[in-house]
Amino acid sequence: MKNKFSLFVVVIFFSFCFVIFYKGLNAPNNYTPKVNEKKNIPTFKAKDFYSNNFVNSDKIFEENIFYIINIWASWCVPCRAEHPLLMRLSKNKSIKLIGLNYRDNLNNAKKFINELGNPYSQTIIDNDGTLSVEFGAYGVPETFIIDKDKKIIRKFIGPIDKQILEEIKSITK
Amino acid sequence: MKILKIAIIALLLMGFSNLKSNEKSDELKNKILKNIRCLICQGQSVYDSESEFSSSIKLIVDKKINDGLEEKEIYFYLREKYGDWIIYDPKLNKNTYILWFLPLLFFLVGGAIIYKKIQKKNEK
Repeated sequence: MKNKFSLFVVVIFFSFCFVIFYKGLNAPNNYTPKVNEKKNIPTFKAKDFYSNNFVNSDKIFEENIFYIINIWASWCVPCRAEHPLLMRLSKNKSIKLIGLNYRDNLNNAKKFINELGNPYSQTIIDNDGTLSVEFGAYGVPETFIIDKDKKIIRKFIGPIDKQILEEIKSITK
Repeated sequence: MKILKIAIIALLLMGFSNLKSNEKSDELKNKILKNIRCLICQGQSVYDSESEFSSSIKLIVDKKINDGLEEKEIYFYLREKYGDWIIYDPKLNKNTYILWFLPLLFFLVGGAIIYKKIQKKNEK
């Protein structure tokens, strides 16, 4: 009876360890950000890309429409790749595209926009990357969808492609 | 002349206390940065990393310390933005119960077994 009990305890113990290690091995060991979490947009003050005047976030997001925030930089190669898609997206009148220029040289950034076109209805400057941290971003390019309640409802890490473009269109319909 | 001397001593003392408080905030900053994971690096803390992401986080932590936020509040802020993964020290929650309590459970069960064995040996 006692031996049976010991065997039972040992089996339970090893099964438990097996489940823990199995789950641990299957879990991804790199950072997988949550992209569907609803979050309030941060309140901030940032410099406008063209006028160099400070603008408040309330002023930027004052209309009752969907906003798309795109974090970009002239030195970022994938930003160049996604730019034609942003140009296409900018034709959609039901959304406003806001550019967030990340840790960039202003002259290079202006050259980039002059060369590839300006899809943004407004662009703000994030010289030190701290504004991007407020949005929960960790690199460029990144794109956020902000709904009419001024909540971030979706974020896309990396360059947007045709599939993402369609997803953005369907969400902001 | 006496007033001048007092003024110089007061200035020196003020400078010394400023230096001390700067040292303290630097210590706190380094402690926090060592406990924050660089999310775009492989196995590096923000303190060790020179990536764009890490330098932005360093600036944010510096700003929060200067704004008077405490260590826990800074961790809370970062968790809000990036989730639990950004902090090396895992917080006690439903996902980490096993991590926190399993070693304790093993210790108690192991201790009980050893105690029983010793007791039995003594009885013999």
